[in-house]
Amino acid sequence: MKYVLMFVDTPEFTAELEAMGPEEREQAYERVREWFATHADKFRGGIGSKLQGAHTATTVRLDGPDPVVTDGPFMEGKEVISGFSEIEVADLDEALRMVKTWPACPIVEIRPVES
Amino acid sequence: MTRNSPDTGGTGSTGSTGSTATEAELARVVRDHAGQLAAALMTLLGDFSAAEDLVQDAVETALRRWPVDGIPDRPDAWLFTVARRRGLDLLRRQENYRTKLEQLQWPVQPDPGDRLRLIFTCCHPALPRTAQIALTLRVVCGLTTAQIAAAFLTPEATVARRITRAKRKIADAAIPYRVPHDDELPERLAEVLAVIYLLFNEGYLSSTADRAHSRDLVDDAEWLTALLAGLLPNEPEIAGLLALIRLHRARTAARFDAASHLVLLQDQDRTRWNHEAIAAAAQLLTRTARRHRAPGPYQLQAAIAACHAEARRWEETDWEQILVLYDMLLLLQPSPVTRLHRAIALRYTRGIDPALAELAILADDLDRYPLYHATRAQFFREAGHTRRARAADQRALELTNNPAQQDLLQDRIAHGY
Repeated sequence: MKYVLMFVDTPEFTAELEAMGPEEREQAYERVREWFATHADKFRGGIGSKLQGAHTATTVRLDGPDPVVTDGPFMEGKEVISGFSEIEVADLDEALRMVKTWPACPIVEIRPVES
Repeated sequence: MTRNSPDTGGTGSTGSTGSTATEAELARVVRDHAGQLAAALMTLLGDFSAAEDLVQDAVETALRRWPVDGIPDRPDAWLFTVARRRGLDLLRRQENYRTKLEQLQWPVQPDPGDRLRLIFTCCHPALPRTAQIALTLRVVCGLTTAQIAAAFLTPEATVARRITRAKRKIADAAIPYRVPHDDELPERLAEVLAVIYLLFNEGYLSSTADRAHSRDLVDDAEWLTALLAGLLPNEPEIAGLLALIRLHRARTAARFDAASHLVLLQDQDRTRWNHEAIAAAAQLLTRTARRHRAPGPYQLQAAIAACHAEARRWEETDWEQILVLYDMLLLLQPSPVTRLHRAIALRYTRGIDPALAELAILADDLDRYPLYHATRAQFFREAGHTRRARAADQRALELTNNPAQQDLLQDRIAHGY
């Protein structure tokens, strides 16, 4: 079963990361690398992508008479998707077990991929 | 062949009960067998949604037929026959299911693990709580959508939608049908117990003196907990919840007076309690406590209920012990509602002023909780602040939609006691 993990950042988490010293931040990155290494067999097509900040996002709405281009992510809010990975595991429980040990951003959405 | 099989149409036979089955009897028989059938079909078909549909269909047929024809001698075989026939009909195009169903004979040797898998799937944490409740009632207890809707005062279409969505999520998101691993079990079991506890609470609070027309969810909650206790005998919190439910049920008879009015604990006629059941539940609790360290929240709540239930008179209530138990409970599960209950124990051990001070701290958290205001009213009244008592009762009355509570509060406001 394939799922996409969507990693979601909050302002609190970003602030926390920014407040870290270089050494502490390196440790945080190391924990993330370890997590990806531990679950290496479950990723499909690489470990996924980290996205640039929400301030770089552009949204196009196509539900009106004409396409409307706006600055920012599609959803107004403090929680923004900061990256994604596609995994292949047996079922939702396995995905949950894996995601529960994720060491970085505070929210992860798990969404099955349409087969 | 059973005396009154669905194939013969059961013409006029009264079945094994010998008379028209009552609603409670129907509920009991359906519950004893529906979950079993769901588990067997689920294992056979490997498709939660299909298995669930077939059982629901069989249950609905039974509830139409049994009141007229009587309950058959072998309700399990009857339900199975209907589900199987319906399945063969419905799954005509799905060759794979058809073949499996054709091979299936009743009685299947039930694997106790099947029911456990069923319960854990219905209460999977990836499903919303309302769906967990609806699914558990429908699949494990054999309630119809209409019965669930009536029990929760929710439109039937809403319940149906919740179930449909949940079943779709189980299939699409690959929620597995299995008993959780040992390392997940405590968390997953807590989820199941939370669902049962909510059922129990809903049933208990919505109960009235006249329950002829409402499904007794407390009954379902007790049945589910007992089933779970049999399947997982070494889990102390299951025993704790079972004791808790039984301690409450043992006192049901005294909760309403002859005029169907709610009677508060302190005014209840304790001779009407079932002291045998109280002793048995307390014993279950003691046995469990002896085998395990550090009691969990359900054991603590049951211990508090036991303190009340074992007091011969209101004046003999061991409030010191109750206060200690609430302190322990708050350590495990800090919650404003638990603090409110603790404040009552505080009232009887430390006096009215510390208790009122404690309530003042909870004002923001519990402003919309009727029991909070009713408790304040009682304390105010005891402290001689009649006007403030009446205002607090008035506020409680505005907030509750429970008829029994409304009656009681109106009485208090009218008579000033």
